[in-house]
Amino acid sequence: MLAPGSQVLVKNDWPETRGPCHIRTPHYLRGHRGVVVRQFGAFPNPEDLAFARPAARVPLYHVAFSRQDIWPEGSDRDELLVEIYEHWLEPVGAAS
Amino acid sequence: MHDLGGASKFMCEPVDIEAHALTDFDREVDALRQLLGAKEIMGVDELRRGIEAIPEADYLRLSYYRKWIRSITGNLLQKGVITEAELRAELDAGQGRV
Amino acid sequence: MDKILETDGERLLVAVRNLLEAKGLVTTAEITERRAITDAANPGQGARMVAKAWTDPAYRVAMLSDGAKAAEALGIPMRGMPPLGVLENTAELHNLVVCTLCSCYPRAVLGYPPFWFKSAAYRARAVRDPRGLLAEWGTHLPEAMKLRVVDSTADYRWMVLPMRPAGTEGWSEEKLASIVREGDMIGVTIPAA
Repeated sequence: MLAPGSQVLVKNDWPETRGPCHIRTPHYLRGHRGVVVRQFGAFPNPEDLAFARPAARVPLYHVAFSRQDIWPEGSDRDELLVEIYEHWLEPVGAAS
Repeated sequence: MHDLGGASKFMCEPVDIEAHALTDFDREVDALRQLLGAKEIMGVDELRRGIEAIPEADYLRLSYYRKWIRSITGNLLQKGVITEAELRAELDAGQGRV
Repeated sequence: MDKILETDGERLLVAVRNLLEAKGLVTTAEITERRAITDAANPGQGARMVAKAWTDPAYRVAMLSDGAKAAEALGIPMRGMPPLGVLENTAELHNLVVCTLCSCYPRAVLGYPPFWFKSAAYRARAVRDPRGLLAEWGTHLPEAMKLRVVDSTADYRWMVLPMRPAGTEGWSEEKLASIVREGDMIGVTIPAA
């Protein structure tokens, strides 16, 4: 479980290149760091629901990102807040 | 194509902020999708996967609910809820009635 | 199969409906009923919630902690709907809602998503150039104000609780609700007295 305030990295993974899939992690966040704001509980994994497969419930988080980290142009005061399932997040160690 | 956040090709495109009234067709597709979900015949994630599978040229050309009915139909065929032969026959019969 | 899917959508709909009806899976009466329920949801419902939050501090707190419960408290049907989160605008923070992947929208409280919300330009620009996007509506945020773009990608739906405009002191809930528009509750516009 990821506590609010935890630094996380969105996996730099591209299942789209490996075959048919349905992914709810927007491409623009992959490989970027964010901060967990809160956990919402667990929801059936849409990556399985999309194929009518049995879907395990996975924890869902609200994660905040700096917009300027992703696109350098524009204001440095813009934040992006996005729902991301736990299997797409990796904790970032204090040492890194 | 559906994953549009930050897509460069739309960054200079103005947003059409005018209201566009929905047609009867739009509302019926919407209602049909909800019913298929409520009856557990086809879920919303299956709808989305079907929309995402639409080739880019058609994705950009087709109206919102035309993408939906294409995905709904594709899903129902894949799941065997209806068969292609049944659909073909029904489309041909409809053509005859016009 | 791909070829048959290229049939015009209106013909596909009629054919699919006929087949589902013949199989006893979906009836015309059910479609008519579902359509009526969907048509009944409209931005006036979200506006009632906003107006109540502006006048009733306890309701505001409840709405921010669970939007769906707060909607139900005003008689807005939420059964079978996704959870609803509420994002509060303040003097320091403005919220904007988008769905970059499809068109997730707080339909239970705002009705059908508007055309612009579903458009490729809105979905592409909201996360990358949000201030430029807001300018299309004539909305200009102070440089010092934080803008938070909420990309609605998963199981929640999001609505914005705008700030109560100056000059509305003493107004009734009904009168307050009348100035709250669809765009105010997505964050593209700001209500004015």
